[in-house]
Amino acid sequence: MSLTTNLGTAAGSVRRHTWRPRIANRNRRARVLSFVFMLAAVSAVLLLALLLGVLLLRGWDWIRLDLFTEQYSRNAEDAGLQAAILGSILLVAVSGVMAFIIGVGTALFMEEYAPKGRITDVLQTNISNLAGVPSVVYGLLGLALFVEMLNLGRVLLAGALTMGLLILPIVIIASQEAIRNVPLGLRQAAFGVGATRWQVIHHHVLPAAMPGILTGTILAISRAIGETAPLIVVGASAVVFANPDSFFDQYTAMPMQIYQWAKQPQEEFTQLAAAAIIVLMVILLTMNGLAIYLRERLGKDRW
Amino acid sequence: MATEIPQTPLRAASVTQFKEHVDPEEHERVITISDLNVYYGDFHAVAGVDIDIPENRITAFIGPSGCGKSTVLRCINRMNDLVPTARVEGSITYHGTEINSPKVDPVEVRRRIGMVFQKPNPFPKSIYENVAWGARINGYRGDIDEHVERTLRQAALWDEVKDKLKDSGMALSGGQQQRLCIARALATEPDVILLDEPASALDPISTLKIEELLRELQQNYTIVIVTHNMQQASRVSDRTVFFSLNERRQGVLVECGPTTKIFTNPEDRRTEAYITGRFG
Amino acid sequence: MAVQRVPTRSVMAREPVDLSGKRNRNASEALIAAVLFLFAAFSLLVTLGIGGVLLFEAVRFFREVPVTEFLFGNTWTALFLEKEWGVLPLVRGTLVVTLIALLVAVPLGLMSAVYLSEYAGPRVRSILKPALELLAGVPTIVYGYFALTFITPSLLKPLFGREIHFQSALAAGIAVGIMILPLMASLAEDTIRAVPYSLREGAYALGATKLETSLRVVVPAATSGIVAAFILSMSRAVGETMIVALAAGARPADGWNPLEGMQTMTAYIVAVFTGDVVYGSLEFQSLFAVGLLLFLMTLTMNILSQWIARRYRKVYQ
Repeated sequence: MSLTTNLGTAAGSVRRHTWRPRIANRNRRARVLSFVFMLAAVSAVLLLALLLGVLLLRGWDWIRLDLFTEQYSRNAEDAGLQAAILGSILLVAVSGVMAFIIGVGTALFMEEYAPKGRITDVLQTNISNLAGVPSVVYGLLGLALFVEMLNLGRVLLAGALTMGLLILPIVIIASQEAIRNVPLGLRQAAFGVGATRWQVIHHHVLPAAMPGILTGTILAISRAIGETAPLIVVGASAVVFANPDSFFDQYTAMPMQIYQWAKQPQEEFTQLAAAAIIVLMVILLTMNGLAIYLRERLGKDRW
Repeated sequence: MATEIPQTPLRAASVTQFKEHVDPEEHERVITISDLNVYYGDFHAVAGVDIDIPENRITAFIGPSGCGKSTVLRCINRMNDLVPTARVEGSITYHGTEINSPKVDPVEVRRRIGMVFQKPNPFPKSIYENVAWGARINGYRGDIDEHVERTLRQAALWDEVKDKLKDSGMALSGGQQQRLCIARALATEPDVILLDEPASALDPISTLKIEELLRELQQNYTIVIVTHNMQQASRVSDRTVFFSLNERRQGVLVECGPTTKIFTNPEDRRTEAYITGRFG
Repeated sequence: MAVQRVPTRSVMAREPVDLSGKRNRNASEALIAAVLFLFAAFSLLVTLGIGGVLLFEAVRFFREVPVTEFLFGNTWTALFLEKEWGVLPLVRGTLVVTLIALLVAVPLGLMSAVYLSEYAGPRVRSILKPALELLAGVPTIVYGYFALTFITPSLLKPLFGREIHFQSALAAGIAVGIMILPLMASLAEDTIRAVPYSLREGAYALGATKLETSLRVVVPAATSGIVAAFILSMSRAVGETMIVALAAGARPADGWNPLEGMQTMTAYIVAVFTGDVVYGSLEFQSLFAVGLLLFLMTLTMNILSQWIARRYRKVYQ
């Protein structure tokens, strides 16, 4: 019920004008539109469900032991992911370590050593820009630098180094965040007992920030494991018959294999690709789950 | 109840001037609050408040901080609806209609009962838009330009901004911003205006300007103002309501009456203690 | 009893106290600082490396193919026998896919952001936010697969029948849109949440409905952040490779029809590698010319986005 029905115009002559507040209309419109907004937000969940549904439907039958033991074959029945899985693991391990060392070092410099001002601004802008560079361009960098100029050729190491560069900005940004979150009081207490800067960092700041840093690194790695474009440019092969012997051998990775299979017209390969995607997603989910677990578990028992 | 009332009239030490006023009892009561209780979750924040707000007069809510003045104020225009844990019980009538009824739309209430907040919060829009927006969404069917000018004049801001209506409202000084917020509230043509410590974030000169403005507005609007500044309450209000905390740390109404009486001859011991500065 | 007189410090110390610290320790501290500085400098090196490598090879390319022909030519037949090097068809492909992606992601993303920040309760948020994060973590090749093997046959074919090719800008565009949706939604949501509550209070007090407050006060106040989010999402869409490689087409576009296959700049770069590309050949160098153009485009958008976010952050105190 609107109040207007029980009210006349109140005494006083200030209100001489006409109003059409149309409150019922506005309320109805508000309800309808908020429902539409909710649908939009829910669409994300629906899309995810759709994606998973399609994948599972197609790929489920193909998830069997052969998938993990077989290698490349032109025949879908005999094809498997072994070299690809191994390649992915090696790639991601090397690039992860590389990005971790350089990334944490950079973050420490920027947060603990560098004076706030011009230097940090330039470095920060640079890192933000690097984070936004398309992954193909990193591939081009790797191609020109590692494959050609350093003459490594199309080998696993070249791919791993390229990936390392790709995920470096992610690790830097996550580590910066983690280091910043360490309370000032901890540092002051350590300095107060006469520790040097590096001692403070080594014994207090880093351990405190480590859960966040590790979480960031794991997230960076899970990004790396799904990247395809830089690998294509840097020369990962789609046709590899055996596991790589060394870092100087040709190699493949899971996303490459998925790409290869998805391109094939035959229905079996489409399904096989779905199965490979499921494997990839399971690995991803595990890594993300690990990252979240680490964040919760280690982050809690601090202070 | 007071046990000893000194024979000589009691004066709050710092209060030296009072407003000229007509006895507010004679005026029509616009808002009547009966047995108001407010809960935040399990916490009983305000207990058993009864107040009459007379029309076209200024009523001040005073009291130490944390005793529920703002909470009660916000009940009047149903702003507490926006707090998820808040529960309001009791009756608040506006021109005879019960505001707390489920049939009443708070949007409608807020159109007629405007509010000005402690910290000026103009929209990041132009000065013109700040005033016009409220009118527009509420379906004003007239000349908006004229309405904006009229409202800004009422808020004693027109002369200062008439050449820069397109400038951002946030480019004004604190006092000007607050007058803009008052204009904004006036734009929906309410008949009651609630002000929650409107001058506490302002410098003394702006404060006086706002008090002057309120005295002018009072001729056409019913005004309720929460203030922690006793001198302000005495300068500006016709009627004063004193809140405090009881033993259970709940906000309660201690005394309510004409301003001169509250400040010179209060009935309750606690009121006397507060206004003479013994606590609060 | 005689009190043992404890020698005070001032009696004991004849020489001034040495506060200069151990020489070794200072040296190793300086070394560590230097090493860390080198690590930080490394990131600058990477940028220089990218710029340098792209310029180096692109310059070689432009010795053979004039820049004007590259930038303004309308035919790209790099992988055929008769080679023409006008990059516009690739740029067109990128633009069409990006445009479609934005049409999908911006409305949905904004509406989701408004819903999440203004309406959703904590329970709903605890479901929706992780869902968005999961969506953001899906590798792009999965979206490419989805576009090629589901969107086209099951959604678009029934709609368009003969008109739509098995690889089309539309299918890829939709998938790219889904890919950038979480980015747009979360960036926009952060901006909207940052709008101070006092603004909303002021609007409610005027008798505005929640919708009016959200759309006419809160969102406009967040405009600069939303624009920055938009540009950043656009940059991501432009740089996307695998979705378009799988689903957008391998032939540079003739016109603007999204139902046809349109090769984008990024798709071209990976397409070259299906064959054997020889170091030093013109095809090899063309990769870097296109790469340079791509890099400059995304860099401009990223810088613009950062600038807008920074400049207009002080709209409300």
